[in-house]
Amino acid sequence: MRTWITPGGVHPPENKHQSLTMPIGTLPLPEKLLIPLSQHIGTPAVPCVEVGKKVLKGQKIAEASGPLSVPMHAPTSGTISAIEHRPIAHSSGMLAPCIEITSDGRDKWKKHEGFKDVENATPAALVKAIGDAGIAGMGGAGFPSAVKLSPGYQRPIHTLIINATECEPYITADDSAIRERAAEIIEGIGILSHILGNPSNIMIGIEDNKPEAIAALEPHVEDTGISVVSFPTKYPSGGEKQLIYILTGKEIPSGDLPADIGMVCVNIGTTYAVKRAIVDGEPLISRVTTMTGDACGINRNYETLIGTPVSHMLANSEFNKETCSRLVMGGPMMGFSLTSADVPIVKTTNCILAPSYDEIPDDEPAQPCIRCGMCAEACPVSLLPQQLFWYSQADDHERLEAHNLFDCIECGACSYVCPSNIPLVQHYRHSKGEIQKARAEKVRSDHARERFEFHQQRIEQAEKDKEAKRTARREAAEKAKAKAAASPEKSASTAGGGAADIIAAAQARAAAKKVSPEQQQAKFERSIAGAEMRLQMAEEKLADAGDGHSDEQKNILTAAVEGARQKLEQAKGRLAEHIKQHNGEQVD
Amino acid sequence: MAFKQISSPHAHASQNTAKVMQLVLWATIPGLIALTIHFGWGSLINLVLATVTAVIAEALIIKLRGRPVSFYLKDYSAVLTAVLLGLALPPLAPWWVVVVGTLFSIVIAKQLYGGLGYNPFNPAMVGYVVLLISFPIQMTTWVTPAALLPEGISHPGLIESVQIVFSGLNPADGVTGATPLDSFKYADGLLVDQIYAQNPLFSQAAFAGVGWEWVNIGFLIGGLVLLASRIFTWHGPVAMLAAMTLMSVIFYDGGSSDSPGSALMHLFSGATMMGAFFIMTDPVSSAVSNRGRLIYGALIGVLVYIIRAWGTYPDAIAFAVLLANFAAPFIDNYTLPRTYGYTDRRRATEKEEDS
Ligand code: SF4
Ligand code: SF4
Repeated sequence: MRTWITPGGVHPPENKHQSLTMPIGTLPLPEKLLIPLSQHIGTPAVPCVEVGKKVLKGQKIAEASGPLSVPMHAPTSGTISAIEHRPIAHSSGMLAPCIEITSDGRDKWKKHEGFKDVENATPAALVKAIGDAGIAGMGGAGFPSAVKLSPGYQRPIHTLIINATECEPYITADDSAIRERAAEIIEGIGILSHILGNPSNIMIGIEDNKPEAIAALEPHVEDTGISVVSFPTKYPSGGEKQLIYILTGKEIPSGDLPADIGMVCVNIGTTYAVKRAIVDGEPLISRVTTMTGDACGINRNYETLIGTPVSHMLANSEFNKETCSRLVMGGPMMGFSLTSADVPIVKTTNCILAPSYDEIPDDEPAQPCIRCGMCAEACPVSLLPQQLFWYSQADDHERLEAHNLFDCIECGACSYVCPSNIPLVQHYRHSKGEIQKARAEKVRSDHARERFEFHQQRIEQAEKDKEAKRTARREAAEKAKAKAAASPEKSASTAGGGAADIIAAAQARAAAKKVSPEQQQAKFERSIAGAEMRLQMAEEKLADAGDGHSDEQKNILTAAVEGARQKLEQAKGRLAEHIKQHNGEQVD
Repeated sequence: MAFKQISSPHAHASQNTAKVMQLVLWATIPGLIALTIHFGWGSLINLVLATVTAVIAEALIIKLRGRPVSFYLKDYSAVLTAVLLGLALPPLAPWWVVVVGTLFSIVIAKQLYGGLGYNPFNPAMVGYVVLLISFPIQMTTWVTPAALLPEGISHPGLIESVQIVFSGLNPADGVTGATPLDSFKYADGLLVDQIYAQNPLFSQAAFAGVGWEWVNIGFLIGGLVLLASRIFTWHGPVAMLAAMTLMSVIFYDGGSSDSPGSALMHLFSGATMMGAFFIMTDPVSSAVSNRGRLIYGALIGVLVYIIRAWGTYPDAIAFAVLLANFAAPFIDNYTLPRTYGYTDRRRATEKEEDS
């Protein structure tokens, strides 16, 4: 089958053989497991257990907190021993809410069963089951799979791409899973295809450095309409955008999602999790993780329970701290360094790399950029990394955006080849964060200005209202006087205060009634304040998402900001409408 | 257990800046050998003199700027600038010409602009042009190719050459003479065929000019090695040579007495190949993108030809490169590559639309 060639790319030493000498193994049950509530893109899950509660393996311990969220399940049976903030694997080294389970050693499953008749299940029911199983993309980004599989009717899917590229050096989690579990993987792909309305084109994209995996898949795809497409090994072919281009020759327009051009791309590890969830009724509580690097005596893949501390994995792999130059979660190109081994394996952890100093020495100090252009030759999305670096140092946001900084996928190919050892990606991340902060700042200050102007307008309006009221009262009083003058006998017949008083009283009553519109106004104002707060929160979240998150997530967050902004506009509109009416009533 | 926090990527190719510079230095050797065979020891003396001057000047300036001296010297960039300048200067030029030129290259053109990576102009060429304007006589006196030396005279030996360079001793008569580009330019009223028949520089040459053709072939070989090692891409050199070829074919004028000369002569005379593979490929001062380098290279090719054909200087690599350095930011503005997911290339100065 024809494949296309992406620009740029690099060929770092693959180092995959080390972890492929043994089949996928299992680790002894860790004493404690730590399940972060946010292992995916989206809102964190909400605990549905208390400390002290006994749980069975597979039992739900945290609920999804909204459409872009996934639930968490107990990876083994035991007791909830803590629900608190703990260090997790995040590039910022931050603390995050986690549930800790102390294992009871029995590893006892809750009762579970899958769909009896998958073929006749509705896509909606299957998607719901996938969501309930807590499945989020296992290739790295952790996008909730149920969301990805519901592209909506306006976007029919014609192409389903299964990403088995695994282009990062060292990692063999997908490779080994395919070798051992090809049948189940293909079953999973069948389920995805059913959910997406049987797309006409289903491809498994795999690099040609995995002949065993390709051979394992081939017998299972016969007569399924699924094609296994292999292509030359090059980093980073496994990026979603790169893979789509390699397999179809199509590019996803900047800022769009694959679904916008009728495609869905799913990691091959996810398809296995889908099969387990649908056919066997098992939630996602473990995954294949590669343990590799020369600082470990044992290099292999483990079926690892989510929540297993990295230290537990190291302890069972003859780890030698002395020779270890750094500890990386993920691969050597895009993985992030862990400062502590106490953090847990999560749903997106495909590899723990513990290299020796010989393998990955400490970084050399950066030298000046000589503008040699090797970085530009390596960039898979045709950016000019040297220019981005130049403008990043100058904090020239305008130029950075004109040079498409936000299309940088942070693959690290540029830094990899840079002869001056410049940590380019680090600069880009920093600049992305700065620009997003500035954008959020601008939006906020625009709002503040609008708010101020609106406030001014309201004060003026109130002045006008008062003036109008006074005029009305005066006129009414004069009218009454004139009336009284015209019919003195009538006036005499009424009590001494005269008609003016009666009218004044009536007006007072009316004014009393008018408190209600004012209350109404206050209510509108409150709802504006609420909407503003929500908008601000959404913007902050978007700004925070600067680092290393997929476009997909950013799009969703951007959509959230947009939604919040519209709500705010509506609320303001209602208030303005109200004031106009209110005012109108008074003048009339 | 605490581990270091280091940002990705963790793997790194083995290339480094010093290695790149060293490779370029090695690649000048075929050209240097050809120069020495055909024009004597002068180029080698230039080269050593310039290198020593450059290293001392660079070290002093770095020290003045309060930076770690050995870290910056180790990148070999000063050495490379000096070597290129030394190769471009006329052999047996007085020592002070070499020293002044090198100081200008390193101190003014490179360090005063912020050091490696920040110089908008090619330092070696700045030095060269300053010398050419200040000392036109010394700068246009070339050694006669060995094959054309008068009977009984040979190039001065190494010791004698050093003496000539340092003491102002005059070389023997006939040791210096015109270059092919010179002779061609000032051979008024002769048809191209006549020049080729009368002037031994051409009549005894294989195809472009005695000695010079070999020097150019030497630099071409070195350049191809660099190209194969992916030190630079083909875009700049190919565009430059193609533009020169095209210009000289268009304006050959049938070999009339006004003809500026054949394409072969222009490609293999003067500093053409050195310019194409060692000078204009200096990445710091050139255009950035591949497409930009196509335009940049073509611009240099056209300028070299124009100045050679109709200007007052017989060779023009230095002027052409400096002029193109000026144009590089402008070229960059319009030659960004098309990024994945865009239908069109953008301009470097484009603003985000206000949304
Ligand atoms: S590879 Fe490094 S030195 Fe070369 S242009 Fe890019 S950033 Fe500069
Ligand atoms: S990190 Fe960004 S700039 Fe560097 S090669 Fe990858 S996509 Fe290009």
